[in-house]
Amino acid sequence: MTLVEVWDLVKHYPGERSWFGLGAARAPVRAVDGVSFTIASGRTLGLVGESGSGKTTIGRTMLRLQEPTSGRVRFDDNDVFALDAARLRALRRRMQIVFQDPYSSLNPRMTVAQTLREPLEIHRLNGAVSALLEEVGLDAAFAQRYPHELSGGQRQRVGIARALSVEPQFIVCDEPVSALDVSVQAQVLNLLADLQAKRRLTYLFIAHDLAVVRHIADDVAVMYLGKIVEHAPAAEIYTQPRHPYTTALLSAVPEPNPRATKQRIVLAGDMPSPAHPPSGCPFHPRCPHPKKSERCRTEPPPLRPVTPGHLAACHYAEEPM
Amino acid sequence: MTGPPPVLLRVRDLKTYFVTEHGKGTARAVDDVSFDLYPGETLGIVGESGCGKTVTSLSILRLVPEPPGHILPGSLIEFEGRNLLALPAPELRAVRGNQIAMIFQEPMTSLNPVFTVGDQIAEAAIIHQHLSRRAARSRAIEMLRLVGIADPDVRVDDYPHQLSGGMRQRVMIAMALICHPKVLIADEPTTALDVTIQAQILELLDRLQHELGMAVLLITHDLGLVAGHADRVVVMYAGRVVETATTVALFEQPTHPYTEGLLAAVPRVDAPRARLHAIPGQVPAATAWPPGCRFHPRCPYAWEKCAAEEPPLLDIGDGAGHTARCWLVTEPERRVPKR
Repeated sequence: MTLVEVWDLVKHYPGERSWFGLGAARAPVRAVDGVSFTIASGRTLGLVGESGSGKTTIGRTMLRLQEPTSGRVRFDDNDVFALDAARLRALRRRMQIVFQDPYSSLNPRMTVAQTLREPLEIHRLNGAVSALLEEVGLDAAFAQRYPHELSGGQRQRVGIARALSVEPQFIVCDEPVSALDVSVQAQVLNLLADLQAKRRLTYLFIAHDLAVVRHIADDVAVMYLGKIVEHAPAAEIYTQPRHPYTTALLSAVPEPNPRATKQRIVLAGDMPSPAHPPSGCPFHPRCPHPKKSERCRTEPPPLRPVTPGHLAACHYAEEPM
Repeated sequence: MTGPPPVLLRVRDLKTYFVTEHGKGTARAVDDVSFDLYPGETLGIVGESGCGKTVTSLSILRLVPEPPGHILPGSLIEFEGRNLLALPAPELRAVRGNQIAMIFQEPMTSLNPVFTVGDQIAEAAIIHQHLSRRAARSRAIEMLRLVGIADPDVRVDDYPHQLSGGMRQRVMIAMALICHPKVLIADEPTTALDVTIQAQILELLDRLQHELGMAVLLITHDLGLVAGHADRVVVMYAGRVVETATTVALFEQPTHPYTEGLLAAVPRVDAPRARLHAIPGQVPAATAWPPGCRFHPRCPYAWEKCAAEEPPLLDIGDGAGHTARCWLVTEPERRVPKR
């Protein structure tokens, strides 16, 4: 059953004005440029992309932490962008977010207990701080501590406990383990998986690290310059990528195996500015596909099914690299 | 057959301590670290936050801020037969940035925003090689071309904010390599970069190392990087070296339980979805390392001896210098997880 549906989501930021705000406006930044997907209840969609691909903007816009330019988000029969403030607040109880940097997302002047009690008070809920702490693997003694007294992993556990406090159905996890060391990262990933199983949570898991996403996601969507370029079940996208960008991204992940023989595809150049996306396929200037043609320069490839359930936005998706 | 090549950089018994803020404790960030770097090789120093890997690299060039830090007497950092820790400042400056160069994690904070990248690259050549400004500028353009920046004769006049993150890191590399150093210390050189840009920078470093024949000390938390780029590896935990081995031996026969746990904790793109192995607990504070083996509170195999007595680096006896700071080397039958 579909819990979350995103339809043609667009978020443009107005271009800056030159001459200290007096001159002509520059081209708008197309952070998210027509993105659609659905997430079924109890599942995890991994949203993968490099800096500037628009993945974080999607998560924030879905919760209306930022207002969209256009598009629609449905959450369990609610039209999220059409809700008034009171109904939005009620809905936020069911949709939560866990941020990347647990230090800057916790109030340094509030103890862990105060941080966890605040959402309960806003939503007039009864809940025990100690039970929440226990659920995320922290001793009850942590309730009286301040964020600076915690390690990165402990802070992220508090961030997760805060999201859980209002008993949401859906959590946007925005790079929740990127700032953590590898041994602690594994602890937090396992915790997120356990909580999902126990509470039947639905996740949008945003990350730049394809390896991390492989360990948590059921489906994966890959973003490039504000658009989804490939969307498929996780098992498939990692073994049979259809878009050359996904192929290159996978090949660039350093493998912890000194005898690895995989062919590394090194893309030329940087990601173009989302204020001036290239014509045609946005990936064409860096694309290493041998079939790359004039068509790629002029005609934007739609995101289309290549095999059932496997979408790719490439004119040559039937002949992957 | 020739004998083993002479050691280029020898680090012995390095201890770098910090006085903590309230003057109450001493953080033993690097606590008795030894390793050798040979000409032309890449040595990986791997570990998590707080293990002492960055302080080790800063100590080599005496870049640790003093106070609060200090390198203890008895430490030795020998480069081509000279103890860098005993060199007078002018002689040290002749080594720093010239024969031993360094690149840092965050290129934006390591570049000066008010000078052009050309000026910053040329500076080392003017100081160390006494080139004229004009000659240094053309060397800078040459270096920009070498590190793969398009239109180097235009980019040379750019300021750091005009460049992307990947290009800034290329500029850092150009700056570090303009004097053709014998040793390049690369401290998390790609951590701030996206994965496709990381691949570009690593390819560049591999190519330049090959062309210039320098040795690289690669400081990283990323075991994937080490696997693909290092010849030998030093694993650090809690200010100590806990394992050293050739890269292949480390990955195929990890001996210290920390190395073993770390390898199992790495998420992999080539493995099906499964629960990750996590190392319980967290790295202890540098002001209060546990007694005995510093890893014993988190170790799945630890027994009484581990809490009482710290093991030395023990040779596992493979004839290739693979060592581990663990009593399991002497009592391998105890490698049975407790839980």
